[in-house]
Amino acid sequence: MRQVDIAIVGGGPAGLAAAVAAVTAGTPDVLILERDNKLGGILNQCIHNGFGLHTFQEELTGPEYAARFIDMAKELQIPYELDTMVLSIASGEEGRKVLTLMNRRDGLFYVEAKAVILAMGCRERPRGALNIPGYRPAGIYCAGTAQRYVNMEGRMPGREVVILGSGDIGLIMARRMTLEGAKVKVVAELMPYSGGLKRNIVQCLDDYGIPLKLSHTVVDIDGKDRVRGVTLAQVDENLKPVSGTEEYISCDTLLLSCGLIPENELSTGLGVALNRVTGGPFVNESLETNVSGVFACGNVLHVHDLVDYVSEEAKKAGEKAAAYVQKSGGQAASQDMTNMSKIAAEVSVTAKDGVRYTVPSTIRPGCMDDAQIIRFRVGQVYRNAHVSVYFDDKRVMKLKKPVLAPGEMEQVKIKKADILAQEGLSTITIKIEA
Amino acid sequence: MQVREMTCIRCPLGCALKAVTEEDGNITVTGNTCNRGADYARNELTNPRRMVTSTVRIKGRKGQMVPVKTAEDIPKGKIMECMEALRQVEVALPVKIGDVLVKDIAGTGVDIVATNHAE
Repeated sequence: MRQVDIAIVGGGPAGLAAAVAAVTAGTPDVLILERDNKLGGILNQCIHNGFGLHTFQEELTGPEYAARFIDMAKELQIPYELDTMVLSIASGEEGRKVLTLMNRRDGLFYVEAKAVILAMGCRERPRGALNIPGYRPAGIYCAGTAQRYVNMEGRMPGREVVILGSGDIGLIMARRMTLEGAKVKVVAELMPYSGGLKRNIVQCLDDYGIPLKLSHTVVDIDGKDRVRGVTLAQVDENLKPVSGTEEYISCDTLLLSCGLIPENELSTGLGVALNRVTGGPFVNESLETNVSGVFACGNVLHVHDLVDYVSEEAKKAGEKAAAYVQKSGGQAASQDMTNMSKIAAEVSVTAKDGVRYTVPSTIRPGCMDDAQIIRFRVGQVYRNAHVSVYFDDKRVMKLKKPVLAPGEMEQVKIKKADILAQEGLSTITIKIEA
Repeated sequence: MQVREMTCIRCPLGCALKAVTEEDGNITVTGNTCNRGADYARNELTNPRRMVTSTVRIKGRKGQMVPVKTAEDIPKGKIMECMEALRQVEVALPVKIGDVLVKDIAGTGVDIVATNHAE
């Protein structure tokens, strides 16, 4: 059986950045496992610009951003397998993990790893999960599927388009279909606010005069073999369609941009505990799951808006996985608790009052870096509100925010010195206050 | 004095900008976090420009495209003309990131460059 120090599941932005970081941190024996025929993941189809301002201080398109990391990986001679599907991950001897894989060349085979980094990304929420009545005609696509057809294969899914959901992929595809000559009639959003970035509403919808109907949804799909039209209706505060507000819109295509779901089938098979809010694993400060030696980063952990933050997060997962392999040869990491007798071994991080979740959900002060970024999302739109951080009952931070929206991930930075100074600290709470 | 409020699109922060045009044509921008925001607001009022990203076909390869972009922003009014010109383009392999695939697209003086490798 092939043995490696770190197996990385997924060769997209998270997997690449994690691999580069692990090798740079002194663990060269890593292996990237990618099911597609090239590295880069979803970035290969994200041909629009707006990537990399944070990481490279310049504005890149998705493929260009991916190429930077692919070049780094090739420079470091990081091994990778393409067209290779990881079927399962199981616990092996002495804390090692056994991956079952399949590809055309080798058939079914196994790889044993001291540590595993989960970087599988996410999938789109499909029609079947949306409960829209009507037949199942051709012409209904998830927005990301349409994006792959148009941008990578040069095929147009249709000519007259309605988009349900105002997530970033839906907004980007509204512009893309328009540029390719389609008529995008409307973007309908169930919620009273958009799930996408503000700049995408400006540059993808406003620039092309595409209307955005908030608090609207599709209540019927017309057409048996091919979509002929959809019926939109306004929804009330309980998100139920309001009778009498129905409006028929003829179209041949319905694109769905209704949320992304982390792809964690492999994780659950290994016994990784998932957070119901994010659909991703619970992780500690080192991005390590409840299964020792198994780390997670990128959209498989929680869905990000910006790839730059994925790269940053994945770098940390790579470094921590490398440290895990180096320190213990596969045994659970030991905490450096010197001078920390008054500090709990593990501090929990909880989301309250408008904050939906936090990543990480626990911090071991003995293992944390000098500063820890806690990322989170809010559950509704807030204006002129504050993000507050509590150490047990004591408020230690109150940050003014002009706007907080569910579509935009937020973060706070906690210093290790502050945690150590708080005797007996057991819980860090992030909440929204007026 | 004219006031226009807009959302900056220069980066994902999406700052809420306020641009005030004085009688003498002087434009004051507030709400921006960086200089790019101020430049964006001034351009929006005088000469709005956008980067265009799209794809071009490959000679002899059906079902495979090369992603491209305008090397710089082009005037907003030229976007559709740029797209029309790109539809006529077919490139030969191999293509590398940064290769100029079309010179001076739609009379803008801006080149079209490849944004991914293809071989």
